[in-house]
Amino acid sequence: MLIDWFTVIAQVINFLILVWLLKRFLYGPILNAIDAREKRIADKIADAEAKKSEAQKERDEYQQKNKVFDQQRKEHMNQVMETAKTEHAQLLDTARQETENLRTSLQLSLRNEMLDLNEELSRRAREEVFSIARKTLSDLAGASLEERMTDIFLERLRELNDVQMTEMKSALITSPDPLLVRTAFKLPTAQYSAIETTIKEILGQDKQVEFNIVPDLVSGIEISSNGQKIAWSIAEYLDSMAMSVNSMLKKSTLIQNENEALDHPKTEQGSSKNGA
Amino acid sequence: MNLSPDNIIFWQAGIFKLNATIVYTWGLMLVLVLGSKLITRKLSTDLERSRWQNLLEIIVTGINQQIEEVGLKNPRKYLGFLGTLFLFVAMASLFTIVPGYEPPTGSLSTTAALAICVLVAVPMFGIEEAGFGRYLRAYTQPTIIMLPFNIISEISRTLALAVRLFGNMMSGTLIIAILLTITPFIFPIIMSVLGLLTGMVQAYIFSILATVYIAAATRARKPEPEPKLEEKTTPDNNKRINHG
Repeated sequence: MLIDWFTVIAQVINFLILVWLLKRFLYGPILNAIDAREKRIADKIADAEAKKSEAQKERDEYQQKNKVFDQQRKEHMNQVMETAKTEHAQLLDTARQETENLRTSLQLSLRNEMLDLNEELSRRAREEVFSIARKTLSDLAGASLEERMTDIFLERLRELNDVQMTEMKSALITSPDPLLVRTAFKLPTAQYSAIETTIKEILGQDKQVEFNIVPDLVSGIEISSNGQKIAWSIAEYLDSMAMSVNSMLKKSTLIQNENEALDHPKTEQGSSKNGA
Repeated sequence: MNLSPDNIIFWQAGIFKLNATIVYTWGLMLVLVLGSKLITRKLSTDLERSRWQNLLEIIVTGINQQIEEVGLKNPRKYLGFLGTLFLFVAMASLFTIVPGYEPPTGSLSTTAALAICVLVAVPMFGIEEAGFGRYLRAYTQPTIIMLPFNIISEISRTLALAVRLFGNMMSGTLIIAILLTITPFIFPIIMSVLGLLTGMVQAYIFSILATVYIAAATRARKPEPEPKLEEKTTPDNNKRINHG
């Protein structure tokens, strides 16, 4: 018989004991070790995952922050640039304005100076001209000239119109003072008598005549009494001439000013172009 | 010439006897247990571990994986029984390289004992998993007529299990013994190598068949597989496969 039942039973028992022993000493410890290791690995992986996700989160956060920061910086930069541009434009404008003002004031002062100079020049010239004329006439004035002057004066007296004549007559007659005749030079006696005669003729009555010599009268003769005065002198001519010269000068200055005022915008435009 | 190590009796008292089968079985048990104890004495749970621990881990996880691949949902529960079956049979044939050793699996008593263990374990696990009534009812599936056939199938497959292992192991040792008398050099060594291979294959076949029977008893008689359990175990298994 190939089967020995005692051995079979013994082997069954042996096998069961072996099962128990191996469970106790082999499978249990080995599986526990594997489980522990796997748990450790899983823990490590989970830890790494957690760290990774945390890092990812932080990276995202930082990226977001960076983005915001960049945007803010850009905005600030733009703002600063804008402000700088505005400031630049403003400063330029101000500088241009100041330059313009300075230029205008400079031009104005230059023009004023020029005008002053012109005026001064013309005044000097006029004065010189008149002084020369006055001096020449004074130098030239002599007896013959005085004679001729007296003639013209007397002629003027005779040629007075009726109203003037009446006024003069009444003035001369009513005045208690003697008639005052002033001349620049001492006249010859014939002249004096001729004047006295003519006055008598005009007034139709005797009137005491007093002769005075006043060198300021440039080659002239003057009768005055009771506020009335009849005179003729070269100084009058000279005065009227000076007046006309002055008015002419004033006129020319005005025209010059107007011309410059018209020219001014053009030059300003040109200067602004150069400035830009 | 002995056909079975049962016939080599060292000591006997009545029906109690100490034959080679039992003695060598004890020897194997001692080697297995002591080896396990020595190696598992200082197990490392770190990534660094000794080569012996690696070997044991490979064996254990390999068996575990095989059980799972056959279709058992909770392989650790069956690992003790099926793993020991495999290890015992494998070690029994592996030790044939030791001169004077007779594999205990070359005795029909041992293979019968193992087959009986399987015969008992299959309904045990089946009943534990499916319940007594439902397990017994499975014998009448698909009809009541199938009941005797199912019972015959249960017994005959157990018998086949025992005889298959016995025949293979016995033939291996027998061939070597015969060849030793004819050609004492080289050729027996080749046959011994072949015997080792056969032994390993038999160990695999024996334990895988037992696994299949248990799987059939536990799974096939269940009305519906539990999907939750599957989902729960699948990633775990994958991890273990990768790890191994």
